[in-house]
Amino acid sequence: MTTVLITGTRPYGEGDPVDVLIEDGVITRIVPAGTLEATPDAAGDGPGAEVIEAAGTVLLPGFVDMHTHLREPGREDAETVRSGSAAAARGGYTAVFAMANTDPVADTAVVTDHVYAQGRTVGLVDVHPVGAVTKGLAGAELAEMGVMAASTASVRLFSDDGHCVADPLIMRRALEYARGLDVLIAQHAEEPRLTEGAVAHEGPTAARLGLAGWPRAAEESIVIRDALLARDAGARVHICHASTAGTVELIRWAKGQGIDITAEVTPHHLMLDDARLETYDGIFRVNPPLREASDAEALRAALAEGVVDCVATDHAPHAAQDKCCEFSQARPGMLGLETALGVVAQTMVGPGLLDWRGVAAVMSERPARITGLPDHGRPIGVGETANLTVVDPDSAWTVRGAELASIADNTPYEELTLPARVRATLLRGRVTCVDGKVRAH
Amino acid sequence: MKHLLSIGDLTRDSALDLLDEADRFKAALLGREVRKLPTLRGRTVMTVFFENSTRTRASFEVAGKWMSADVINVSASTSSVRKGESLRDTAATLHAIGADALIVRHPSSGAPRQVARWTAEMAPDGVAPAVINAGDGTHEHPTQALLDALTLRDRLGGFEGRRVGIVGDIVHSRVARSNALLLTMLGAEVVLIAPPTLMPLGADGWGVTVAHDLDSELPGLDAVMMLRVQAERMRGGFFPSAREYAIRYGLNETRRRMLPEQAVILHPGPMLRGMEIGYSVADSPQAAPLQQVANGVHVRMAVLFRLLVGEQADA
Repeated sequence: MTTVLITGTRPYGEGDPVDVLIEDGVITRIVPAGTLEATPDAAGDGPGAEVIEAAGTVLLPGFVDMHTHLREPGREDAETVRSGSAAAARGGYTAVFAMANTDPVADTAVVTDHVYAQGRTVGLVDVHPVGAVTKGLAGAELAEMGVMAASTASVRLFSDDGHCVADPLIMRRALEYARGLDVLIAQHAEEPRLTEGAVAHEGPTAARLGLAGWPRAAEESIVIRDALLARDAGARVHICHASTAGTVELIRWAKGQGIDITAEVTPHHLMLDDARLETYDGIFRVNPPLREASDAEALRAALAEGVVDCVATDHAPHAAQDKCCEFSQARPGMLGLETALGVVAQTMVGPGLLDWRGVAAVMSERPARITGLPDHGRPIGVGETANLTVVDPDSAWTVRGAELASIADNTPYEELTLPARVRATLLRGRVTCVDGKVRAH
Repeated sequence: MKHLLSIGDLTRDSALDLLDEADRFKAALLGREVRKLPTLRGRTVMTVFFENSTRTRASFEVAGKWMSADVINVSASTSSVRKGESLRDTAATLHAIGADALIVRHPSSGAPRQVARWTAEMAPDGVAPAVINAGDGTHEHPTQALLDALTLRDRLGGFEGRRVGIVGDIVHSRVARSNALLLTMLGAEVVLIAPPTLMPLGADGWGVTVAHDLDSELPGLDAVMMLRVQAERMRGGFFPSAREYAIRYGLNETRRRMLPEQAVILHPGPMLRGMEIGYSVADSPQAAPLQQVANGVHVRMAVLFRLLVGEQADA
């Protein structure tokens, strides 16, 4: 029997401190702090019990990331399932969904099963491969979604992320077909004809800096189109990385119509805006681009209100040579797994937009529900699977890309001090990370 | 001033100082049979062009040579860039070779600024080359704006109260951006004239006037700057046809006559005669393209001098 005792923590940051006993992966006791002696006997298991002294911490359900790029197979120089899993554990995640735009593309069960197996081998986080909607992400023919859904990996989420399923007929068919499989399509909303050559948000900053602009309408036109297609298909659709105030209003409208639509926002779109582009540093190139401050404000409000359902990192590692180059040549994307909580704490908890229960909702419970994970995003209670994150709300840490667990170091928060570091992460009762140190399986 | 990457790097005084310096170089060379000054002897100036150019590169090269600098032209088409070397490594190599100044033209906006940052990071002793932006993507071309300003000052006597129209493909024009910044800084009124498809978003926030009808603006202009239509940067039909563009925005003879008699006509070149500017208009007494080119050398001498020798010395 493996036993872990977390002492002095407060679930969701509420109430009096408690001790939480975990035995064989399940929460077995939650009692007032100090009730259980921090000894092997009190843990009920004799030698081998582990104690995490966690006074002053907040206990949350383990985070679930619907949107991670692990780069394996194909770009293992930027990230692997192993390194990405370590980053996830350090960031408080217990489950991640690995996007399909690998090389080869995850458009067959061979690839999705490989990624799944790698995740199981590493064992730091549940790695759920995302299947491509279309073969080769080309947007022309549906990938074998049914085969992937029935495979060992049991793929539940499909996306061509990195590309938009731009053809309305293909998207309609994908939604209809997904309904039959009870799986979810996540759309990277970008009308490609409106973003040809675009490298930055279309607005005054890009115009002044001479950067080709990515208009809000490129996202919003696909969001409303897909909402209508999902309505007609009776299917669910999920909008990846919502980035504009207009998208928020369209999602609000669609939900009001009873359309089964959900949406995520990334930490970087909550915190950063296009003023960051002044230095032309490729680190800040991302797709969709950093928008204006008013968009970030609208996204924060929408997340607090629940119009935008959850936070997803769009963790996108890139090798140094793919970022340290001309801005227009830099690969779009930013690291996100290890910094997500700090950014959410700074942008949402600090200003009072979310409390810790709200953080649990947007980083754990809703993404788990949207993706259909039975053992993640569950309430903290006796009998529940111990997928947990222990957060020190009073801690502060300075981000340094070179010190992150990812192979790549393309963080937009270099040298920024963030609040609320993860003290420990537990996956089915096993400690995967404590005080920044990842526990090998 | 360490670099010249944007007109935003200049103050009104430093911009006027550069124009005065250019005038001094012009005077110093006037009537000389051998146009050679010792000003930059022993200095190494490299032009690093990742984009084809004849006039800008030749202008910088002549400017450097007239000041006795060792001028080396690095062409991306024949360099290791073609073999896949990164811009950062190219910058590192040129820095290590010992360039005192790097004159960078690049199709990506911001590339000269990145070169300046990277070479500074590579120089712990603080001795990094001066970087001059010789045109970056659709961002800026500061020495072009300075030579345009010098030409306008020559013709108009000053900037205060003068109204300058910049006409055509503004959205793709680094010349327009730099000129809008510089001329407004110097006290001129600037009106940008183009169809909405060729007007940058938010241009009305640049301290300029935005207009779409050329004919109604012409009578009120002291100068009109026609821009090159950059077809190579265009995707997806910014205007219906060259014919329609010429009809609506070309500076033909009829429109030339709508300008005040003393108004100046500028064009950064190369000119598309018959489309952007009428054949005879380009050769009219009001047109100043060749004066712009000549002033370009003196302006670039002034910039190199200020960057490599400094504020304290005189030419």
